[in-house]
Amino acid sequence: MIAEKTRCYHCGDPTAHTPYELDDHAFCCLGCQTVYQVLHSNNMQQYYRYNTHPGKKRQARSERYDYLDEATIADKLIDFRNEELTIITCYIPAIHCSSCIWLLEHLYKLHPAIMTSQSDFMKKQVTITFKQDELSLRGLVELLADVGYEPKITLQDVVQENRKFSQKGLIAKIAVAGFCFGNSMMLSFPEYFGMAAFEASYSVFFGWMNLAFTLPVLLYSGRDYFGSAWHSLRQRQLNLDVPLALGILVLFLRTAWEIIGGSGAGFADTLCGLVFFLLVGRWVQQRTYHHISFERDYRSYFPVAVTRITEDGNKPVPIAAIQVGDRLVIRNNEIIPADAILLKGNAAIDFSFVTGESQPVRKVLGEIIYAGGRQLGAAIELEVTRAVSQSYLTQLWNNEAFKQYERKFRTFSNVVSRYFTIALLTVAITAMTYWFFQDNPAKAWGAFTAVLIIGCPCALALSSPFTLSAALSVFDRNRFYVKNTAAIEQLAAIDCLVFDKTGTISSPDASRMHFEGDLSANELAMVVAVCRNSSHPVSRELVNWAGAVAPLVAADFRELPGEGIEAIVGTHRIRVGSGAFIGVVDGSPGASGGSRTYIAIDERIMGCFHAEQPWRPNLRALMGRLADDYKLNLISGDNDRDKDGLRGVFPSDADLLFDRLPAEKLEYIRSLQTAGRAVCMFGDGLNDAGALKQADLGIAVSDDINNFSPGCDAVLDGKSFAQLPRFFAFAKDVRKVIHASFGISLMYNTVGLSFAVMGTMSPLFAAVLMPLSTVTIIGFTTVATHLYAIKNHLNKDLS
Amino acid sequence: MSAIFFLIGCSVFIALIFLAAFFWANKTGQHEDTHTPSIRMLFDDESEV
Repeated sequence: MIAEKTRCYHCGDPTAHTPYELDDHAFCCLGCQTVYQVLHSNNMQQYYRYNTHPGKKRQARSERYDYLDEATIADKLIDFRNEELTIITCYIPAIHCSSCIWLLEHLYKLHPAIMTSQSDFMKKQVTITFKQDELSLRGLVELLADVGYEPKITLQDVVQENRKFSQKGLIAKIAVAGFCFGNSMMLSFPEYFGMAAFEASYSVFFGWMNLAFTLPVLLYSGRDYFGSAWHSLRQRQLNLDVPLALGILVLFLRTAWEIIGGSGAGFADTLCGLVFFLLVGRWVQQRTYHHISFERDYRSYFPVAVTRITEDGNKPVPIAAIQVGDRLVIRNNEIIPADAILLKGNAAIDFSFVTGESQPVRKVLGEIIYAGGRQLGAAIELEVTRAVSQSYLTQLWNNEAFKQYERKFRTFSNVVSRYFTIALLTVAITAMTYWFFQDNPAKAWGAFTAVLIIGCPCALALSSPFTLSAALSVFDRNRFYVKNTAAIEQLAAIDCLVFDKTGTISSPDASRMHFEGDLSANELAMVVAVCRNSSHPVSRELVNWAGAVAPLVAADFRELPGEGIEAIVGTHRIRVGSGAFIGVVDGSPGASGGSRTYIAIDERIMGCFHAEQPWRPNLRALMGRLADDYKLNLISGDNDRDKDGLRGVFPSDADLLFDRLPAEKLEYIRSLQTAGRAVCMFGDGLNDAGALKQADLGIAVSDDINNFSPGCDAVLDGKSFAQLPRFFAFAKDVRKVIHASFGISLMYNTVGLSFAVMGTMSPLFAAVLMPLSTVTIIGFTTVATHLYAIKNHLNKDLS
Repeated sequence: MSAIFFLIGCSVFIALIFLAAFFWANKTGQHEDTHTPSIRMLFDDESEV
């Protein structure tokens, strides 16, 4: 119980020596206490019953929502609106437990205008219906932010994009195919078991019923295979859909021929079963195991709106409406959306997302500031010189190189299918010619169609999807989120790894504080008392670093955004902040930077803290293991102060490149590819976006997967970074499984073909062989992938 | 024996009803979120105070 008391009732953070206490519960900060009060006063304490510490520490509200009052912006975000009600779906990254669901579905208790709200846990979305006359959209979003569930609103709306991708059509096709499969099998059984002579009249009826069931399968469920095969033929390629479409068509024609002509029972159940299994395979392949957007670009990083200065005051405008010559106000922590000239104020711009450079850059009046930077400090005024779509950063994104660039995954099944189709047609035509010259045209036609039917690569088409999707879920459990199944095959083919530095091989979470100078315990306690009032990450880290100190009370607290904080403790004036703020005169470039924090007590400079970003744990051992199989390189936008340290981490033949612009990173990747390498790029920021896209496989490393990550093929949770060698090894094992299952299905095909060329294939034989081979393949791939996951120690569920 | 025709007609008809039910469920999004309802049902009913 004592342990519980020292943790914040709301978020679970340690609360040592904080004055926030209410109803016998301790809180770590005013934010958490406020949320508790709001919930308590609305009779919603149940929130705390389902989980202990269900809340998340509330950041100082990072966004201003006044732009939501603009009808043009609001209209883009809502799902539906009539005279009375509005429905909106928001993406809320903070959703993580059942308490979150409970709270979000009981929002009506917080505000009477909210009619209903329904959350989707996996997608981290909530759909809210509210009366817009009583509660504005802005009011709703602020309400959510107040209780700690701030919706993430971006230009590239994640909610809308998720909705676009739906498998409903495919599921409907599977349902129809399954329905027809079941019924036609029922109607085919009497034929297979043999019917007495007096029952023969039924066989005609059953035959026509069967034929009727094949029609929806052919015309609706299997439609896509014909489209795809036709498309592939026109491009003079042979993908696996060509023999599949041929098989389906021949199955139908022969079934129709036999039933209409009364010469046999046809293959209706085989046809329906084939399409059913194929569609299930396609569904498995497309299934996503997670709800991460891999296609994010600069739009989801930019704010939705920005404040424009007009004659009638400041007004928020959507980013797209910004024109050259507009004057904008950019406040602390806001992002500059377009290239602009600084007109007023002190600009300290953090370009880390664009260039990778971690230190803020000072700009003087009249200087051009490129889009993508984040202002740290008081508000500045800018005049736009280029529209958003023309800015330096956006241009980088719309680089011509990307447009020409078409990723060509040569998947194994693509390679095989070409030879497979040719071989199949050769066998079919040979068999037909043989029987034709034996003066047996009936058998020639029978053998030709039988070869195409039995050779139809159903099991072949299923082996890749089932193996890869099983692998996808294994990766998913290990916090490695791969975009699609093709990316796993690509992962196995990689032979060169390129790493970004900041945020990729260094861990932003575990930064270590160092103090240079002397502080007595009492002085440290005073500094902590001041820092506790600030929500700035450095202040929080400093408080953590100091640990338990005597609680003191700070008065007259002032925070100058981007510069520092000051307050009076007892009789002393404590100031904590950047070199410029404290008044340190130092020629070194780091003096004004964000990574050094100076402490002054009563104008006496006591020393400085500097946060050091350590490498991820066991980086050296990890790189050593990877170096056995891969060529390793590093390319960073940051300066080369870490070069010596990294020399020892990377193998001696690795390129270590620093001070590279985003476009240069892209060029570097391309030069490696030209040299015949299959390159995998690891990056984290916008500055890596070009390189991630250019690389054969782009992996974004992120310590919070709900945060921004640039467009990529896979997202790797920073916690699983050390697992990389296992991931690569597993991908290679998966490729082995695919090869083996191709072998098995080819074996089935060969057995079937030997009957088919003799012209002795019965419908029963086809009806048994096809499902049998399918089940074998599904069983084999599932078991083999699982065993390889165990072998690579990837079988535990970490997510 | 013509009962066979009637019975097969019945069975196909019933199967069609199930197919239609599946389509309805699919269309109304009942397969979209299979996780949240399993948590939701564990919440206590509101006690009116």
